[in-house]
Amino acid sequence: MDKRNIQLDDNGQLRHFLTIEGLKRQLLVDILDAAESFTSVTEQTVKKVPLLRGKTIVNLFFESSTRTRTTFELAAKRLSADVLNININASATTKGETLLDTQRNLEAMQCDMFVVRHAVSGAAHFIARHAAPHVSVINAGDGSHAHPTQAMLDMFTIRHHKGEFHKLRVAIVGDILHSRVARSQIHALSTLGVEEIRVIGPKTLIPVEAHTLGVHVHHDLRTGLRDIDVIITLRLQHERMSGAFLPSEHEYFQLYGLTEARLELAKPDAIIMHPGPINRGVEIESAVADGPRSVILNQVAHGTAVRMAIMAKAMQRLPNLSARELH
Amino acid sequence: MRVQISGGRVIDPANDIDGRLNLFIADGKVVACGHAPDGFDADINIDATNRIVCPGLVDLRAHLREPGQEHKATIESECRAAAHGGITTLCCPPTTTPAVDTPAVASLIIRRAETAGLARVVPLGAMTRGLDGKHLSEMAALRVAGCTGVSNDFRSIDNPLILSRAMEYAATFDLTVFINAQNPHLANNGTVHAGAVSSRLGLAGIPAAAETVAVAACLALVEQIGVRTHFSLLSTTRAAQMIARAQHDGLPVTADVSAHHLHLTENDVLDFDSQCHVMPPLRTLRDRDGLRQWLARDTIAAICSDHQPHEADAKLAPFGETATGITALETLLPLSLRLVDDGVLTINEMIASLTLRPARILGVEAGDLAPGRRADVCVFDPEHYWVLSRDRLVSRGHNTPFLDWELKGRVTHTLLGGVPVFEYKP
Repeated sequence: MDKRNIQLDDNGQLRHFLTIEGLKRQLLVDILDAAESFTSVTEQTVKKVPLLRGKTIVNLFFESSTRTRTTFELAAKRLSADVLNININASATTKGETLLDTQRNLEAMQCDMFVVRHAVSGAAHFIARHAAPHVSVINAGDGSHAHPTQAMLDMFTIRHHKGEFHKLRVAIVGDILHSRVARSQIHALSTLGVEEIRVIGPKTLIPVEAHTLGVHVHHDLRTGLRDIDVIITLRLQHERMSGAFLPSEHEYFQLYGLTEARLELAKPDAIIMHPGPINRGVEIESAVADGPRSVILNQVAHGTAVRMAIMAKAMQRLPNLSARELH
Repeated sequence: MRVQISGGRVIDPANDIDGRLNLFIADGKVVACGHAPDGFDADINIDATNRIVCPGLVDLRAHLREPGQEHKATIESECRAAAHGGITTLCCPPTTTPAVDTPAVASLIIRRAETAGLARVVPLGAMTRGLDGKHLSEMAALRVAGCTGVSNDFRSIDNPLILSRAMEYAATFDLTVFINAQNPHLANNGTVHAGAVSSRLGLAGIPAAAETVAVAACLALVEQIGVRTHFSLLSTTRAAQMIARAQHDGLPVTADVSAHHLHLTENDVLDFDSQCHVMPPLRTLRDRDGLRQWLARDTIAAICSDHQPHEADAKLAPFGETATGITALETLLPLSLRLVDDGVLTINEMIASLTLRPARILGVEAGDLAPGRRADVCVFDPEHYWVLSRDRLVSRGHNTPFLDWELKGRVTHTLLGGVPVFEYKP
């Protein structure tokens, strides 16, 4: 099998955006910078730029999603692309069509980009590997593997509030084991060169040999939050809460729930992030989620601009980007 | 038919033979090694100069897909691939459809192989009816039909009471129990080794303990029952250590490992390469090296192919949704020879682990070139370099991660019962 970085084309330019792992720091910075310029677009009265005019983008969602799909759709439309939303849960695969057949059928309709969400790790890689030469693939979440656009918008939010990355200590709290967001955040944070990344949770929710991902593992929230600049708390899926991974919601909140009192352990200017949707009173109390240090709603607001930047970059429309084209 | 194989280096570990000798075959049997018997007049003369002549290889685990999955492969197609790989005896697991739980299915497999006439096939019987893990199969009848061992493959027998009774019943009829040690609860639908790679890729992991817990439970029963037990497809160093200890304590246990577990590791999965989706999963580099060491020390006695041919579609899906297994008959010998180059085994040990030792585990007459024995012979050129490509594969399955590897060692002739069944034509 071809072991080259599947995400890059023969000239080393981004073609698919599947995982942060293996991408260079400068590429991530370019995306963040481009997203910065796109935020002004989203604030204009005419919220469109013509970068992807004439292109067709397919949102291929094998797993239900409202927010992620909506921001992708908005991002594509603001880049002037045509958008097709396909929810496969109720469509072809239930009729026995394979993933590959679905993809080939859509490619035959001359689509230029697939934005894919799938419940199985590696699905986006699979689609990218079998994509026609002119087609780009953006991973909108595959199993527990990666959710790189979410991680990039989190990086955007961090940079927006904190400036430089290199002095930051970041803690990710909760179900790291099943979280594609956490994996992508870890790769993004280490590529962007933060001082320290910690993951905090009970052993049942921390991946085996997590240290090989370049993180420090903490099981005690109190020591884990000490001197932290950025706290990312993850959503706890309901099905994990009773039984095999955790005894109860109650005990989880007692040990790992973010409360005002516990925030005292972090730096005074620490920001609180959450990829949403929030379980209030499970992983975070409302006073924190809605408090002054919470940047959760900013995260949502940045989603469109960051996804515009990633789509334009993968379609290789960013190198020609100039201020005039944007306005 | 009389065959003379001249000028080759004969390596026959069963009889401590290693030297440039001529091998003489008549009426399907070896008649002499060294000097020609009086009046021997060969019908076929095989020039084996610069080649190695050894017993035909014995493969302890090859899925032939027939009956039930003929869209993947047939006994004939895979026996032809075996002949290309120098393999003359194949042991197939009972996981056909229907399972090998009646003498009829066992006889069908044996007869089909005899009709094809390309390799001998010894099926393992199912330990439980339909591999259901609950009801004992008619093992005595399976024994009569030609099975020398029984197995429940990876369909583990959950209830230790049933496993112990199945072992006792098998021991009654002198059947060897073949175990694929994997605790299903710990494996928990995992697809790769639980370690750095599963954590990185977000794939469900199978911890090493899934194997060691199952091996420990089995060893405890073997100690009590004394049944001859063979552990198939070890993947962890720790399990091999446990078996070494049990052997030291005198338990009648043996083990094998697949050729790919001796060469690949979890890191080969890093690109979601579904060709490396195998069961048990590829483990760490440390495990791979440990398995090599325990192979060198004889604790792991045999190398098998764990041949699993698939149609192309079976591997065309995201990693976790693909079928497991590698088409492996034609790479068994070259991958084993690589262990000689890597300094793990001597060439004589390597040949023993592909011939004499698996033949003993299976309890069949094979892997032995003494006069009077059946003339199953493999002749190969140990210095022949070749690149594995799709169009070279004879097996119906083309699913292998070793495509484009440069391999060393090429089978030039295979004889089954004194009859040439394969000759390499460049």
